[in-house]
Amino acid sequence: MKILVCMKQVPQKDAPLKLNDSGTWIREDVSYEVNEPDAYALEEALRQKEKHSGEVVVITAGPARAQQVLREALAKGADRAIHLEDNAFVGLDAFNLARALAAAIKDEKFDLIFTGLQSDDYGYAQTGVVLAELLGWPHATIIMQIEKNNTGIKVKRELEAGYFQFVDMPLPAVLTIQSGINKLRYATLIGIKQAKNKPLRKVALADVQSAIGSNLQKIERLYIPQKSKNTEFLDGPPAEIVKKLVDKLRNEVRVL
Amino acid sequence: MPETILVVVEQREGKLNRVSWETLTAGQAIAAEMSWTLEAAVAGGAVENLANEVAGKKVAKVYAIQSPKLDPYTADAFATGLKQFITSRQPRLVLMPHTYQVRDFVPKLATTMGRTAITDCVGYKKDGAKLLFTRQMFQGKLAADVSFTSDAPWFVTFQNGAFRGDKVETASSPAPVETVNVDIPDNAVRNKPQEVFKEARQAVDLTQAEVIVAVGRGIKEQKNIDLAKQLAEALGGEIAASRPICDSGWLPMDRQIGSSGQTVAPKLYLALGISGAIQHIVGMKGSRAIIAVNKDSEAPIFEIADYAVVGNLFDIVPPLIEEVKKVKAGT
Repeated sequence: MKILVCMKQVPQKDAPLKLNDSGTWIREDVSYEVNEPDAYALEEALRQKEKHSGEVVVITAGPARAQQVLREALAKGADRAIHLEDNAFVGLDAFNLARALAAAIKDEKFDLIFTGLQSDDYGYAQTGVVLAELLGWPHATIIMQIEKNNTGIKVKRELEAGYFQFVDMPLPAVLTIQSGINKLRYATLIGIKQAKNKPLRKVALADVQSAIGSNLQKIERLYIPQKSKNTEFLDGPPAEIVKKLVDKLRNEVRVL
Repeated sequence: MPETILVVVEQREGKLNRVSWETLTAGQAIAAEMSWTLEAAVAGGAVENLANEVAGKKVAKVYAIQSPKLDPYTADAFATGLKQFITSRQPRLVLMPHTYQVRDFVPKLATTMGRTAITDCVGYKKDGAKLLFTRQMFQGKLAADVSFTSDAPWFVTFQNGAFRGDKVETASSPAPVETVNVDIPDNAVRNKPQEVFKEARQAVDLTQAEVIVAVGRGIKEQKNIDLAKQLAEALGGEIAASRPICDSGWLPMDRQIGSSGQTVAPKLYLALGISGAIQHIVGMKGSRAIIAVNKDSEAPIFEIADYAVVGNLFDIVPPLIEEVKKVKAGT
């Protein structure tokens, strides 16, 4: 099976975020990491390849820094990478990012495309499904298991509140992958070495410009959310904090 | 003619999903503010009785969008059927709850109509003539006001709990109900869904617990889970966790709180090293009291905490266990 994995670089989970001067995006001087569900999507692609042979290709869109995500994926075992390299890709809405991705892979022939179920930055949970529609492929979201069979694949969809559902679907298809579908591997030293010689194709904004248009939605203002609750901060040395906590547990929360 | 807002409520196996009432409340509020007309729709195999149920609320009209192909749910059938209906009705705004089902089809539906969806919103604002939708970003650390820069229909999904379902206004007399049979071609539906099922029986019903001590990534290592267990035990409560902990296998899946796990509202929810991603928050924000311990002062969990401790949980929890035990022993 030939599998494409869409991966994204996002700010680290505990990175302190600062707003830019216009209050429309964050300042870019933060540490980045791979979007967590995308790491699971890559792992699943590598496992499918190990079972059924084939090829795993990784793709990302973003400035030069985003190449790190691709390098790590190649070190873990992906065969080659595609980098839509431009800072402008960061500001695209899901519709246009999916159009850019579709344009970048128009000469490829994949059996499956994986994305993480959503990104930790925008959190749209849309790009994979939009891409499927643009390609005219079926899709399934929030996937916890994938089995290849004679007619296509059988996937396990996670529903809410502990419910699941198996779905049979034909190939090619787009799947959005849930965190926890598998156990992530680490890159090996030899993998890191080999990654340096694996092909990485760069795609410039100009190469896909004709495929994209203006955004259909716009962030007017980004801000630190207003507190809906009157939070009381308990501070001091640990012993004092513990004393305050016990007091709250007894007299306010009344569980002691 | 005034603009129309269409709320598409969600049904599963012949029952309305409770979150539908929240979306209807949102629709009523926006309709009142913009002086727009509010209509509702429910889609499925045979949904007239559900449409009648919705017609008891304050809406101008309710549509039962029907086709045998809408049962069971598939993204292909829902996108095809709703596109037909929405294209014929031309609402300005289409509102839906941000459920797993809606997430599965709404990006497809919007794309097939050349439109976009602003997803997972927690509110709306009227800014002059402009309608803005507020959504959380960066795992809840920041919020964004987002506008549509494209033509109607505009698709918006609202997060679970964003509006009060019990505040939905009822009507003095029921709204008219119209059945619309949509035509979904045989080859449109490519996926074949099987029965919905529950993985093993849930061993623990966390919804019944009065006290929950929940751990997140901040617990660092599997062996530290024991510390949280001791605290839960001292408080007479249950141990629970955010998704990454269960994904790592440090606690079983049935201890997971959040959109993919259990939804709880205990007397006390004590969050240890949980940053408070949206998916976790939706499962516990109804708790009567929330205490959060986290080393990151910007962690979104503090937005909803009643009592907040910015600090290392390993400095706080061991002495807290001792103090709680002392108090318990003394009474």
